[in-house]
Amino acid sequence: MKKLTAVLLVLCMAFGLFATGCQKENENVTVKVEDESYYSQYKDKGYEINVYNWGEYISTGADDTMDVIGEFEKLSGIKVNYTNFATNEELYAKLRTGAVSYDVIIPSDYMIGRMAKEGMLEPLNLENIPNYKFIDPQFTSKSYDPDNTYSVPYTWGTVGIIYNKTMVDEADVDTWDILWNEKYAGNILMFSNSRDAFGIALMKLGYNVNTEDEGEIKLAAEELKKQKPVIQAYVMDEIFDKMESGEAAVAPYYAGDAITMIAEAPDLAFSVPKEGTNLFIDAMCIPKGAKNKELAEVFINFMCETEVAKANIETIGYSTPQVKALEALDEDLRNNPIAYPPEDVIQNPQVFENLSDATNKLYDKLWTEILASSGH
Amino acid sequence: MKRKTSGLSKFYMGLVLFFLYMPIFVLIFYSFNESKSRSNFTGFSLKWYLQLFQNDQLLSALMNTLIIAVVSSVAATILGTMAAVGIFSLKKWARSLVMNVTYLPIINPEIVIGVSLMLLFLLFKMEFGMLTLILAHISFSVPYVILNVLPKLRQMDIHLYEAAQDLGCSPISSFFKVVVPEIMPGVLSGFMMAFTYSLDDFIISYFTSGAKTQTLPIYIYSMARKKVNPQINALSTIIFVIVLVILLLINWNDSRKEKQLKLKRREQI
Repeated sequence: MKKLTAVLLVLCMAFGLFATGCQKENENVTVKVEDESYYSQYKDKGYEINVYNWGEYISTGADDTMDVIGEFEKLSGIKVNYTNFATNEELYAKLRTGAVSYDVIIPSDYMIGRMAKEGMLEPLNLENIPNYKFIDPQFTSKSYDPDNTYSVPYTWGTVGIIYNKTMVDEADVDTWDILWNEKYAGNILMFSNSRDAFGIALMKLGYNVNTEDEGEIKLAAEELKKQKPVIQAYVMDEIFDKMESGEAAVAPYYAGDAITMIAEAPDLAFSVPKEGTNLFIDAMCIPKGAKNKELAEVFINFMCETEVAKANIETIGYSTPQVKALEALDEDLRNNPIAYPPEDVIQNPQVFENLSDATNKLYDKLWTEILASSGH
Repeated sequence: MKRKTSGLSKFYMGLVLFFLYMPIFVLIFYSFNESKSRSNFTGFSLKWYLQLFQNDQLLSALMNTLIIAVVSSVAATILGTMAAVGIFSLKKWARSLVMNVTYLPIINPEIVIGVSLMLLFLLFKMEFGMLTLILAHISFSVPYVILNVLPKLRQMDIHLYEAAQDLGCSPISSFFKVVVPEIMPGVLSGFMMAFTYSLDDFIISYFTSGAKTQTLPIYIYSMARKKVNPQINALSTIIFVIVLVILLLINWNDSRKEKQLKLKRREQI
């Protein structure tokens, strides 16, 4: 038995070592950057930064793509401690405990608004982020950060309807009403997070997604209750499998993920409803009290390098706000109307803003009621 | 001795095994899928296995998980065994008191342990990272070791220990020469439990991890928005195969020992 325990430990460690040993040891920097001296001045100083990003939200070097973190470390000599979160709320909670100190975080629009309001973000020194000039002004100066004090956009996208062409009449897909359509009862999926779900109901009714009006929100909740009988399930990433396998006919989801699904299952298609869509932006910020603010800005600048932004966006599948990276993209992707919709398709894009505490509580209460209702 | 198993019970057994192992086989099956899909099998490919070994983030998360599991389970085994020996020689009321305290972390919801450990580390102004993770894992593993070792102590003939001392052993050497070999199976199963619980743990690690270290379960959970990468299927397959091989080795070893024992008995007769 003793021997076997030893064998077990040896196997585990050997596997671990083998795994680490397999990493490509490529010492040469391969990425082309605007100004190499800007990065190399930090070399050999033993600097470190802590980056907190969404899972699967950066190019890792698999399949001959760019190993973004590795390239940054080689170029600047700054070591990156990279960890992941799954939701904006998780990121917020982790920062609130004060237990950990991050240098770069990547929250979404409404969470940036909330953190800025609560004084949790450090103002950026844009002079230290020269590549900011590549960011399309269409995606800056949004209501969550009107003066571009705190954030540099990383990705953006829209929410629309993904549907199966063989199961759905294409005449129905240009409106959010399709998610209420009894023809497709039992084949409709819906967001399981309250913010996105209420957003769709509010857009369907023609209201603003950031409304604080109790009457409007209650009407939206009524809509969601009415919708319940035709819904197959409230889901998030299960949408991928259910749509790809034809288990469901129609669902709302993010445009970039729709492209991924269509690549797997050609019967699927995507449309942006005429009532308008929700435009989301994930942006890089520096939390208050970051130990290495200047180095964090260097990292943010690196993420805005054309080649880096291109590699990241090709991995993530969402849309890039970096104009040069967009130009450098594969023609198919650059001209893909799902990822980069023409102006007239997104007639009325609405960006989520931070809601007041009272409204957040109302959302929670009504959402619980909706999920608990019998739906008739 | 052999009882005839009816068709029905065989069928029932098959059903149980099917439900237990089907998810794992589905996972293994899709680890060889060419595309990212979890529903359409588009062709055989080993690409997720290749990508797995190029993914620095995943590998460092795996390394962290293994280091934490090994260090914390070894420490918990030593601490737990010492505690069990101590508890065993306590008076009855003191023993039941300590045992109740031991059960507490097992009954307590993990989230409560996670939050309270986080607050504790905050109070001591510790930097969250490898150290806090290892301490947290030790603290939830120790009860499992105690609960595995105590029954073995109870089964042991206490006179063996006394006899060793009568024959000239010091208390310490009689502990190592007599008690430890007697309770070894309990110590080992306690160690194995501590090791697996440490590998598995998500909630407590979630509250005690820092900005520099994340474990494999945290890494996998963070993929929720963008759909879990099939590299995880590939990694799970490799871990499953390793565990399977170890189990087969242990069983093979046990059956060999049993055979030897039988042979010896026959010779004696």
